[in-house]
Amino acid sequence: MAAGQQTQTQFFNSLKRYYGFYTGGFVTFVIIVGILEQLGVPVKILGYIFLFATIMLYAGIGFMSKTADVGEYYVAGRRVPALFNGMATGADWMSAASFIGMAGTLYLSGFDGLAFVLGWTGGYCLVALLLAPYLRKFGQFTIPDFLGARFGGHLPRFIGVIAAIVCSFTYVIAQIYGVGIITSRFTGLEFQVGVFVGLAGILVCSFLGGMKAVTWTQVAQYIILIVAYMIPVVWLSVKHTGVPIPQISAYTSALPKVTALEKEFNDKTTPKGAKEESVRAIFREKASAADAKLKGLETGGATFLAAEKGKLEAKLGELKAANPPADAKALEAAEKAVKDFPADADAAKKAWTAEKAIGARAAPVKAHAEAFAASGKTPEETEKKRNIAKKNFLALIACLMIGTAALPHILMRYYTTPSVHEARVSVFWSLFFIFLLYFTAPVLAILAKYEVYSSLVGSSFASLPAWVSNWASVDKTLMNIADINKDGIVQLAEIVIGGDLIVLATPEIAGLPYVISGLVAAGGLAAALSTADGLLLTIANAMSHDLYYKMIDPNASTVRRLAVSKGLLLVVALCAAYVTSLKPGNILFLVGAAFSLAASGFFPALVCGVFWKRANYLGAVLGMSLGLGVCAYYMYMTYPFFGVNAPLWWDINPIAAGTFGIPAGFLGVIIGSLITPAPSKEIQDLVDNVRYPSLDGTVSAGTAGH
Amino acid sequence: MQLTEKHKEYWNINLRTTSILLAIWFVATFVVGWYARELNEIIILGPLGFYMAAQGSLIIYVLIIWFYARYMNNLDKEFGVHEGELE
Repeated sequence: MAAGQQTQTQFFNSLKRYYGFYTGGFVTFVIIVGILEQLGVPVKILGYIFLFATIMLYAGIGFMSKTADVGEYYVAGRRVPALFNGMATGADWMSAASFIGMAGTLYLSGFDGLAFVLGWTGGYCLVALLLAPYLRKFGQFTIPDFLGARFGGHLPRFIGVIAAIVCSFTYVIAQIYGVGIITSRFTGLEFQVGVFVGLAGILVCSFLGGMKAVTWTQVAQYIILIVAYMIPVVWLSVKHTGVPIPQISAYTSALPKVTALEKEFNDKTTPKGAKEESVRAIFREKASAADAKLKGLETGGATFLAAEKGKLEAKLGELKAANPPADAKALEAAEKAVKDFPADADAAKKAWTAEKAIGARAAPVKAHAEAFAASGKTPEETEKKRNIAKKNFLALIACLMIGTAALPHILMRYYTTPSVHEARVSVFWSLFFIFLLYFTAPVLAILAKYEVYSSLVGSSFASLPAWVSNWASVDKTLMNIADINKDGIVQLAEIVIGGDLIVLATPEIAGLPYVISGLVAAGGLAAALSTADGLLLTIANAMSHDLYYKMIDPNASTVRRLAVSKGLLLVVALCAAYVTSLKPGNILFLVGAAFSLAASGFFPALVCGVFWKRANYLGAVLGMSLGLGVCAYYMYMTYPFFGVNAPLWWDINPIAAGTFGIPAGFLGVIIGSLITPAPSKEIQDLVDNVRYPSLDGTVSAGTAGH
Repeated sequence: MQLTEKHKEYWNINLRTTSILLAIWFVATFVVGWYARELNEIIILGPLGFYMAAQGSLIIYVLIIWFYARYMNNLDKEFGVHEGELE
């Protein structure tokens, strides 16, 4: 943006002015859309306006930030002030999973979901204390740059490139997936089309201006996403508790009420508990009937299947012949049962196993605040399950935190500040801006739960709240509600909610107009796009800067380097969009895998590189490959997707594979370093140089200029 | 490049500060997490174990980083290893 020879203070002031105007402009835009809605403009048009206006805005910033300077392309000219780098990091960091998925995960899993909240914030302590200031002092362009310079030789850099590509690519697929879901949901475009529309949005931000464009777009995206997240929650809090600070009222006022209601639902002697029990009894009955049929199938095979079908047909015949004539509904149901009866043993097994799983809905309500809830047949078994849950909770936190401090697209951001001093302050602003959203998500989960438990449960099926019927008709996986025990009243066990619903439906729950729903969608899109930008740039830079320029053609001209980088960006983006459009697996697992891989591959080598002078070439090579290898091996062996299903080590789930990868990485660095000679004097001097912000009173400019 | 005793002292203070802050970070995360069930028996702003994981520990993280940035930026000046004025 503002180019030229301004001083840092002038630059900072003009940035504040630009983004001040920008925020004002955005608020005005939302108000205008709100007025359009009141004038009766159809909701679908409003959705399009939000989607395209925000993408055009990002494109505009991207275009204004176009650059042909290497320093600006890779590290935004190293003049991003701490405050703005904090906002950019916040947007870079918070993905579709944080924005849309987090509150829903917390709604569904209560305390156990807090592993994500803790892991994704506490990791910044490691960034601040162990890495950011030192990397800034080192002052190059990429994370493999540091590995290459600190450990010497091409191999550490090369493994760094591989690790950066593997974890960023895994992560970017999850982001583009989020973009596809949001665009398709709010505009009615198909998922695959949505993916490519979103991709266009990502590319316009990063293609022309690299890191410079991505930085200034991310600041804009942060402002949109935080406004979009806060407005509905504050409103909901006022509605329920009369206090506009949800972060306090949720714990003092809503949570105790939720806990009391949970107890009531689980106590069969209360009226509400008795009704819940009647629904649960139906589920239990269905599940045990399915179980009996499965057992029959196992022993009787095809004969049993035929006999079962015969029974249904006989029942249908009876109903048809009945006098007085049977109820039309019952007749229809019996006909359907015959028609849908599984054709062969395999189909029957599948259908009945699914039916048996419905038994899970008969389980008592899980207490929201209870840590490591578990149930077993004996107290010893419960205790054992509880300890496994606790172990996995802590292991997941460790992997997410260390992964945070190892993901190249985040660490790279601290290369862009003007000094070590600013880098330190910038980590503070980063976590502060991330914290604003992360300490609101648990609150939103509680408020939404309170709404469902207190207003939805007990209401009549004839007059469901509008948001319930709207979402139930849009998407059954998000909101599924049916009168199981036919009493006309909603019971908790009759509702199935999909996690993503919580954030998406909050504006409607709070009784806000559609314009706010559009705003939330724009916020989700901003979150997904900004993270995808940062990740794609990381991958393209690792390939163009580290692989091409540093290893293949060190004499390449500036023009050629940037051309290669932009070309690769396009190729990587298309590959990622293609892989995403195939809809691979579970988003949460992809994200977890990216963190575990980054933690195991990068963290040991990076930290030892700064804090242990003795760490050398072989240590880095051994540590990084061992860390990555062990982590990938454990995931491959235990994650059901790969079909091996080997037994778990110490009951640790595959998502926390870093639990084994990280120690392996450290062990590799230590052993590799100790069996070979200490690094050269030049490298030890480099370490000293990195440890002190300035040994001669000047600001380390890095190599931004050349 | 020859480091002076003063430089070494700076680095030792940095290491000590970093270790103390990491210890606080560890307690706020893993010790509090380990005893979440026990802490839930105490009611301050809701069950304490839940509150800490949802909000309390997060506030501690923000404070750790805030303190570190402030402390180190002052220490740099005290030991003369700060960067010159930015133009």
